[in-house]
Amino acid sequence: MRTFGWSELWFIVAAAKWTIALSAIAFAGGTVVGLLVALARTGGIALLARIATVFTQIFQGTPLLLQLFLVFFGAPILGFEINPWLAAAAALTLNSGAFLGEIWRGCIQAVPRGQWEAAEALSLSYRWRMRAVILPQAFKIAVPPTVGYLVQIIKGTSLAAIIGFTEITRAGQIIDNATFQPLIVFGVVGALYFVLCWPLSLWAWRLEKRHARALTR
Amino acid sequence: MTYRFQFDQVFAAWPHLLHGTWITIQLSLTATGLGLLVAILCAWGKTSGPGWLRYVINAYIELIRNTPFLVQLFFFFFALPAIGLRWTPHTAALVSMVVNLGAYATEIIRAGIEAIPKGQIEAGLALNLKHWEIFRFVILKPALKTIYPALTSQFILLMLSSSVVSVISADDLTSVAANIQSETFRSFEVYIVVTVIYLALSLAFNALFKLVYQTYLNYPDRR
Repeated sequence: MRTFGWSELWFIVAAAKWTIALSAIAFAGGTVVGLLVALARTGGIALLARIATVFTQIFQGTPLLLQLFLVFFGAPILGFEINPWLAAAAALTLNSGAFLGEIWRGCIQAVPRGQWEAAEALSLSYRWRMRAVILPQAFKIAVPPTVGYLVQIIKGTSLAAIIGFTEITRAGQIIDNATFQPLIVFGVVGALYFVLCWPLSLWAWRLEKRHARALTR
Repeated sequence: MTYRFQFDQVFAAWPHLLHGTWITIQLSLTATGLGLLVAILCAWGKTSGPGWLRYVINAYIELIRNTPFLVQLFFFFFALPAIGLRWTPHTAALVSMVVNLGAYATEIIRAGIEAIPKGQIEAGLALNLKHWEIFRFVILKPALKTIYPALTSQFILLMLSSSVVSVISADDLTSVAANIQSETFRSFEVYIVVTVIYLALSLAFNALFKLVYQTYLNYPDRR
């Protein structure tokens, strides 16, 4: 039987790169989907807004794990070749798209009405109204909650372990099966996530405080 | 597309699905109740406890909020038995859910407590209310009313993340789905049905929480 040593520790630490890579992809994909959702819900076209709302409700109202399973087991049936990597990336993209879309919708709507009216009074087209007036201001409001949501994405990637993608949690399970030292193994796994997430949480918290101060001035 | 969907085998297992749904509801509601209790105690400790207690509570909150639920579950189910704390999958699932919700809900309730105007607490003191009465009626209840939407969406998130406990083979809805899947090989169909059940559950929980609000917290306030 193996005991937990440096090479076992390194195996888990090295798996962090897959957690980070998966988080980055989910965030990048989620940004695109989320922006589309947020724009659809605020754009004033009833049909698009309806579709985006239903999309959001479905992804916020069902477990991420089941979304992962549906992509993983459903994609081959619909004729796509899939591996745990792709399935995790796709499911996390859609899931974070729904949540980010909901956050950003709030931020876009938080831009004061006068700004919308001013942009309209200048007869700016929708594109320019959003690009030059609304989105830059919404962006400022959106930064703290978005950084906070990054923590949720990183934690969400742990579920990819269940369909066999070797990131931190799965690496921990593999080492645990070989060493039977769950206390230290899952202690290390938890500590690694903490090291990844805690700075982001702190950053989000500080941004939020700075933002709150800016508003009270 | 040549795939033929076959739901009949999935629906034939409806007693199992029903049982799994019931376990998920039971697990979620129990964890919500206990987690809320933990959170109220921690929120009290964090807003008016001694310095060392605040430090401990902060450590607990940050530790839980910055690690995945799955890892917490593994820790409770695999790691703690190694130091002599043995429990069934069901208990381990419940404990991880309570501990998880406790941390998130503490922060939400604390925000509500800090939003209570000082004058309101002073009014309570002026009325010669006891300390626990002030906390219970003057601070906690209005605080819960203020943060109710954030709190209940956290409850629903907890119910959804309870699907994760299926990995330690508890007997919840997702575990049932995994069992049906391994017997019928109709994985896509099973997971579609179960996902729809979860969606219905989150809508039902939402309605339930609205009802609770109407019954207990729907009193006029000045804001």
